[in-house]
Amino acid sequence: MGYVAGEFDVIVIGAGHAGCESALASARMGCDTLLLTINLDMVAFMPCNPSIGGPAKGHVVREIDALGGEMGRHIDKTFIQMRMLNTGKGPAVHALRAQADKFAYQHLMKKTIEETPNLTLRQGMAEELIVEDGKCVGILTKTGAEYRAKAIVVTTGTYLRGKIIMGELMYESGPNNQQPSVRLSASLKEHGLELIRFKTGTPPRVNKDTIDFSKTEIQPGDEKLKFFSHETESSDNEQLPCWLTYTSEETHRIINDNLHRAPMFSGAIEGTGPRYCPSIEDKIVRFADKPKHQVFLEPEGKHTSEYYVQGLSTSMPEDVQLKIVRSVPGLENAEIMRNGYAIEYDAVIPTQLWPTLETKVIDGLFTAGQINGTSGYEEAAGQGIIAGINAARKVQGKEGVIIGREQGYIGVMIDDLVTKGTNDPYRLLTSRAEYRLLLRHDNADLRLTPLGYEIGLITEERYGKFLRKKELVELELERLRNTKVKPDDMKVMLEAASSAQMTQGADALSLLRRPEVTYAHLESVLPSPYELSDEMKEQVEIQIKYEGYIEKQLLQVERLNKMEKKKMPEDIDYGDVRGLASEAKQKLSVIRPLSIGQASRIAGVTPADISILLVYLEHYNRVTAARKSGS
Amino acid sequence: MIHDTIAAISTAVGEGGIAIIRVSGPQAISGISRIFSSKISLNDAESHTVHYGHIVDPSSGEKIEEVLLTLMHGPRSFTAEDVVEINAHGGVIAVKKVLDIVLLQDNIRTAEPGEFTKRAFLNGRIDLMQAEAVIDLIRSKSDRAFSVARKQAEGALSKKIKALRQTVIELLAHIEVNIDYPEHDVEEMTSAYIREQCQLAIGEIDKLLKTANEGKILREGIVTAIVGRPNVGKSSLMNVLTQENKAIVTDIPGTTRDVIEQFVTLNGIPLRLLDTAGIRETSDIVERIGVERSRDAFQDADLILFVLNHNEPLQSDDRQLLQQLEGRSVVAIINKTDLPGHLEMDEVERYVASDRIVRMSVLEERGLDGLEATISEMFFEGQLEANDLTYVSNVRHISLLKRAKGSLEDAIEATYSGIPIDVIQIDARLAWESLGEILGDEAGDSLIDQIFSQFCLGK
Repeated sequence: MGYVAGEFDVIVIGAGHAGCESALASARMGCDTLLLTINLDMVAFMPCNPSIGGPAKGHVVREIDALGGEMGRHIDKTFIQMRMLNTGKGPAVHALRAQADKFAYQHLMKKTIEETPNLTLRQGMAEELIVEDGKCVGILTKTGAEYRAKAIVVTTGTYLRGKIIMGELMYESGPNNQQPSVRLSASLKEHGLELIRFKTGTPPRVNKDTIDFSKTEIQPGDEKLKFFSHETESSDNEQLPCWLTYTSEETHRIINDNLHRAPMFSGAIEGTGPRYCPSIEDKIVRFADKPKHQVFLEPEGKHTSEYYVQGLSTSMPEDVQLKIVRSVPGLENAEIMRNGYAIEYDAVIPTQLWPTLETKVIDGLFTAGQINGTSGYEEAAGQGIIAGINAARKVQGKEGVIIGREQGYIGVMIDDLVTKGTNDPYRLLTSRAEYRLLLRHDNADLRLTPLGYEIGLITEERYGKFLRKKELVELELERLRNTKVKPDDMKVMLEAASSAQMTQGADALSLLRRPEVTYAHLESVLPSPYELSDEMKEQVEIQIKYEGYIEKQLLQVERLNKMEKKKMPEDIDYGDVRGLASEAKQKLSVIRPLSIGQASRIAGVTPADISILLVYLEHYNRVTAARKSGS
Repeated sequence: MIHDTIAAISTAVGEGGIAIIRVSGPQAISGISRIFSSKISLNDAESHTVHYGHIVDPSSGEKIEEVLLTLMHGPRSFTAEDVVEINAHGGVIAVKKVLDIVLLQDNIRTAEPGEFTKRAFLNGRIDLMQAEAVIDLIRSKSDRAFSVARKQAEGALSKKIKALRQTVIELLAHIEVNIDYPEHDVEEMTSAYIREQCQLAIGEIDKLLKTANEGKILREGIVTAIVGRPNVGKSSLMNVLTQENKAIVTDIPGTTRDVIEQFVTLNGIPLRLLDTAGIRETSDIVERIGVERSRDAFQDADLILFVLNHNEPLQSDDRQLLQQLEGRSVVAIINKTDLPGHLEMDEVERYVASDRIVRMSVLEERGLDGLEATISEMFFEGQLEANDLTYVSNVRHISLLKRAKGSLEDAIEATYSGIPIDVIQIDARLAWESLGEILGDEAGDSLIDQIFSQFCLGK
């Protein structure tokens, strides 16, 4: 029935945001890579909101770029609006968010993939894993093609046994009415992976020509642009505004009158939906006191009339959706072009993964993206690049790469997933990071580009530029530290900054520590001999202004790292560790943490259990050392 | 390898006895030198030397306690780290004050159960053969500490801490939602609001600290259950010991229908006295509940004062209780010695050692000295060490409350110097974590839960 269709180093199943980054990383690292997708027209498609970035998510895009991934470069080329959010807050939470021309984005990504050496893009539906001696060695497609490989990355998004729900209507489907992947779930289960059912949803899209924008508020993009990729220097993309309106009393009445037809409440939906992304019916029931909710109207691209109605995610029946939409000021005459819907799908319980994103039960099988219980394009892409890197390194016989919680949001996310699991689709939030001040938008390259270079995804040229930037920032800090200034010379500048006058001489750095004195102020009297970009100046300013807090967090990181460096032996049997509480034994046996640090983050493992593990580890190491010296 | 410094009382505390506070870790010497006033500087002192001086409160300059310090440089110490042992001349209050001040020093924290021994092992001081013993020690001490903490978590203190924590987490959730959902129609957090909320929490912490010092809420002591069958004089004994008429005293059996609690100090030894309903089989529902509680109190007590009636022969309820005394710290009180004796003393002595039997007449207030002497003896022989955990955990509470307060004060200060809210959040979060440590809560996901239950967010 099957035929041998090809042999690769790495196969990636699914060409969404996780799959694209995975396949690109693997191919660029020199692995012969196959990227398989159910529909070639859906490569890098955005089935929900037409935007990329925002707090924590935007940070991830910067991190992907710093590692040598593509999401940042592609959105920089295809955005139709760019905004820096949180500019009134500290530098750690400044967050870039772009509206995407979603069609331009996916076409450009498809082109990049097609032009990448070692990378084969092929339409086809994977239905079975081929596992030999506990090792994943290939896949079988619906059409009978057998592809062999040394590592497989599964990035099926919401396609696995996907089911669309809209009021009373329910049918098997992937997102946006694509064919669902029905048989792969069974194959994953058969080989020992435990699956759960999650749910997500999307709002209706309406026709721009039927919107009365005069009843809404305009939300323009920034004038001074910043970019996701560290390599993008400028752009002449034309920007389109978004528009803000609100639900009305009428909206709430319509929803309340039709709750009996809402699958969320009728029991038709079994999957767990995300807390942070509830449908409009969910919001109105849970926050009954709130008189109105925001609704943002966002263009889906330059060459389309479709507008995404952010805030009205719903799985109500079509007739109710239309009433809901038309109860919103500005949308009285709106025509719906696509319905909103809820979608249920299978996901892998992520505690079954190692922090490299390889599954524990099947050697050589990796999973990334929504299949791991996350939500969001950025979260998917962040996992995708790591899974791709690690699949390639596995093939090349190299050790897996793990990003620490102090190194990046990608590290926070993966550690959360594999250590704690998740009860609902996981979204990154800046509050999930302990060391938020270290994980800034501005220093993503400082955090991760050396790693990207080491892995082989950052070119010599780019790395050279990076080193030069780093050097200049350090030179400038050094210069300011060594420049002594006199009160008289600073008088005018301090006045301009509305800052108190100096009473005695000091170094220039101390002036920059004052909250109201910016680098620009300082530069006006003490111009730098170095050729510094705006980015470098920003770096100097942030590193000085928040030095105290940054140092505090670095100290905490140092402690964390001591615990992370204490590796658990691979052959440890927690059942045999005397004194561990039974809950801890059970949890540790499932998670199999790589280090004491990871063990300490498992829910149900107490400090006493960690003390016992430390004693056990010391005992183990001493016995092992004694054995070695004895033999 | 180990980076922080730990401290704890390493001997039992009692008036007249000597208490040792052991401090171990890299900051042991420098930390203690800041609060030790003496002719010599600890930082320059040689290893294995003893120094006389005073522990001083660095904030007020006040001399707290006259002490002898023993100083040992690592690795020649029990833990193989730098160790300072503070020998204080006892007195519960004084030793507690010293420990309070020690714990307020940077990078010094309360030792976890069994942690000195654990460090000794990890630093290679203890032989491999003893690894199992070390693990057992950590396990048993932690379990005991956990059960103490759990009991406190059910009490009034924990309710207050939870309320306090709620104030802080609502503030945190609000800050977070401003950061993670900048475009949502949630009010922007202002410096004034942050200050107001922090001040509110500080006010509550101050109240708690004040009551803690007065010993009203953070009650500590050896849990002492007065047990016996009905009408043998348990409540009268309690009244004599507390000199107050709290418990109802009548000669109708079954009058005390609940457990009554009093806090007393006997010869400087803190006791938490529980007067229990008489334990007997009964059909009265209300009394039966009381009897159930008495049984619980009996099970949990560190010390049992078992009261028998000298005037009557042993009854089946007495015998049942006697049989349950094995392995417990118990004093048998033969009450009503003013009346003729009908009690089978030889049978009682089969269950209770004769030096743990005290003859009394509570009515005539005779024999009280004997009881006090017996309890003191048991205490100083270390038979009643269980109370240490309650005691230390309370000291721990106070230091954590102070730490939380300090973090909130840092947050307030930061609002005045133009620090952005996401940085102020770091201080507020520390406060929340310190409060959480008191309850033994895991910080984890609850902040995220709070964000989504407090605010309506979505796309």
